[in-house]
Order: sequence, then structure tokens, then C-alpha cells
Amino acid sequence: MTISLDFLSVLAQWPLLATGVLWTLWLTAVAMVFGLVVAVACARARNTGPAWIAIPVGAYVELIRNTPFIVQLFFVFFGLPAIGVRLSPATASVIAMVLNLGAYGTEIIRAGLLATPRGQIEAARSLALTETQVFTRVVLPPALKRVWPALTSQIIIVMLGSAVCGQIATEELSYAANVISAMNFRTFESYIVATLIYLLLAIGLRRLLNWAGPRFVFGS
Amino acid sequence: MVDFSLWDILRNLILSARWTLVLSLIAFVGGGVVGAAFLVLRIWRPAVFDRPVGAYVQLFQGTPLLMQIFLSYFGLRLFGVQVSVWVSVSLALTLYTSAFLTEIWRGCVAAIPKGQWEASTSLALSFGEQLRHVILPQALRIAIPPTVGFVVQVIKGTALASVVGFVELTRAGNMIANVTYAPFTVFACVALTYFIMCYPISLYARHLERKLHVRGG
Repeated sequence: MTISLDFLSVLAQWPLLATGVLWTLWLTAVAMVFGLVVAVACARARNTGPAWIAIPVGAYVELIRNTPFIVQLFFVFFGLPAIGVRLSPATASVIAMVLNLGAYGTEIIRAGLLATPRGQIEAARSLALTETQVFTRVVLPPALKRVWPALTSQIIIVMLGSAVCGQIATEELSYAANVISAMNFRTFESYIVATLIYLLLAIGLRRLLNWAGPRFVFGS
Repeated sequence: MVDFSLWDILRNLILSARWTLVLSLIAFVGGGVVGAAFLVLRIWRPAVFDRPVGAYVQLFQGTPLLMQIFLSYFGLRLFGVQVSVWVSVSLALTLYTSAFLTEIWRGCVAAIPKGQWEASTSLALSFGEQLRHVILPQALRIAIPPTVGFVVQVIKGTALASVVGFVELTRAGNMIANVTYAPFTVFACVALTYFIMCYPISLYARHLERKLHVRGG
């Protein structure tokens, strides 16, 4: 049996692939921004908050970290409408991604916060900074700096995980590959191309975040 | 329409969860063997094997597991290998697991002080003897906590097998949700079942890690 691979008929559909890439990047960007906000808030709550808030936050983190992303996505997209919350595929995807990154990010950032030397907090307090100022100006930036490589990896994992969102018809990259394969029956080639694009996105995203971290997130 | 009680839903989910466990076991054992082979190659002749194995790791860590499963599923068929979904899913999960395990274990071997290699070389131990008597016993001790932690990743990874029609926990959840029209309850139960499988392992991994640090790593 001879096998003929035809990548050209996949690449000819580049507008579909480009739309898919844009969707993937958009989902990742939104999930990253909101996910990191959730993560910082939950990390602080779990470290220094009162028990009535630290315990539910802990439950949320463990529940997300010990269940597959695809099940979380299905719960949001198929499960929530049953109690009256109807969401578009893209919204459901973003919510699932934010919840997912929020939980993993909480544990990562928490480790960074716990590594803060006691003296720095005491010094900041003795300068009459409020508790909020101590957290946002003295504790958080170096904590984020410490864990930025781990956060970067986690954001990339979430980006790659977003391939699953195509299963609920979110029009991201893996969905585009699926559409193309339905048009030209070049299933294997379509997924090869999509996979290589994911690889490039992962490499590119790591570079971007390594560059952006010191400039925009924690100041170097 | 069939009437499903909550117990019917749970019972069927628990029955299908054994395929999740079997698949996890295959992936972990297969991935462990392949990963260990890559590890040995990498420390045996770094100049030759470090780059290719590194590229392999980057390839599997830098692409979605879902795509790997699709490629294995459609690829094997395209190349004329008519195999069951079991084989294509097991292959993809094994390769994925091996890439992560080989990288985790490489870190553990790298953590062994260089002096241990030098001392065992000066005692005229062969490469195999060095590994068996000096390096691996020490590396194994630090490798166990992250390896146990990774088992949770493997179990969660098997959920993606549902996408190519492999009936495990997630797929069974989909099917039950479709007949019961109770997706909220069903997916909550699916999540709970995964949680019950994964959480004890997570706790155990954390416990092992703490114990290791107390002993002074």
C-alpha cells in the first residue's frame, strides 16, 4: 500500500487555520488575565484569609486540580444549562479555562508568597504602609518574580489544553483542523499541521511571557 | 425513555471507571519503560542522545495531548495498521507519559552530586554497575514523590481518550447524560469519581514530598 500525504490541500485552507489560531490566542489571553487575578486572590485568601474563606478556596483548588479539564468544560457547557445558566461555547470555554488556571495558579503563587522573608513584611509595616500596600507593593511583585517560570509553564499547559474546547464547537485551532479534514478528507495531515502550529505557539508563548514578565507583571 | 436513579448513574460510572484505571495503568507502565530507556540512553551517551531525546520531550510537552491522540488514531489507520481504539489510545498515552517521566527522572539523576559519578568511576565500576549500585538508588529516592504526583496527570489525561470513542469514565458520562437528560448531575458525578481516584494520590505525593524534605533531601 502506498501512502500519499497531501499537506498542500490543508495549507490551502490557511484562512481557517489563521482564524483558529486567533481564537486559541484570544481564549488563552483572556484566561490568562482573569486566571491570574483569581489565582492571586485565592492564594492570598488561602494563606492569610479567615478559615471561612480559606477552606472553600482550598476545596475549589483541590477539586479542579484532581479532575480532568474536559470534564470541567463539559460540566460548564452541558451541566450548567440544566440549572438555567446558558453559555455560548466560547464563554463556556473561557470560564472553564479561567477556573482551571485559577486553581493551578493559586498553588504556584501561594508557594511564591510563602517564600517572602518575614523581615520584609515587618520593615514595610514599620514604614506605616497599610496591609493592602504591603501586599501589592512589597510581597506580591517579588513573589510573582520567583514563580514566573512555573506560571509560564502553567499558562502554556492551559493554552494546549484549550484544544479540548473544539469538542464543544469553540472555533479554535483544533476545531479548524476538524473542519478542514471534513472538507478535504485529509484528516491526518490536518491534525499534523495543527499540532505543529500548537508547538510553535507553545514556543512563542514561552518566549513572549519570559520577555513580558519582568516588564509588565512584576517589574525587574 | 429509561428512568435512571442517582444510584444507576453512579453504578454505571463506577463500572466504566475501571477502564480509566486500566488505561492509566497501561500508560504509566508503558510510559515508565519507554521513559526509563530514554533516560538511560541520555546519561549513557549524552553527546549522542541528549538532543534527540530533548526534542522528543519538547514535542510531546509542547503539543496538546488531544492532538497526539488524534494523530495516533488516524495515523495508524492511514499507514494501514488496522488496530482497535485500545491500541491507538494506549500508544498515544504511553508516548506522552514517557516524555514527562523521562524529563522528571533526568532532573532526579542530575541532582546526584558529580562526585558520586567520579568516585564510582575511580572504583572501576562499569556504567551499568554505577547506575545500579550508586546512582539509581539515590535518584530513586528523590524521584518517587514527583512520579506519584504525575500519576494524577496520567489519570486525568485518559479522559481525552473519550474523544476518539474509547468508553471510559468521561465517555460513559457523556452517554449517560444523553439518555438521562440530567447533564448537571451526571457530570458532577463524573468529576466526583475522578476526584475520588486522584485526590488520595495527590495527598500521598504531597506526604512523600514532605517526608523527603524532612530527611534533608
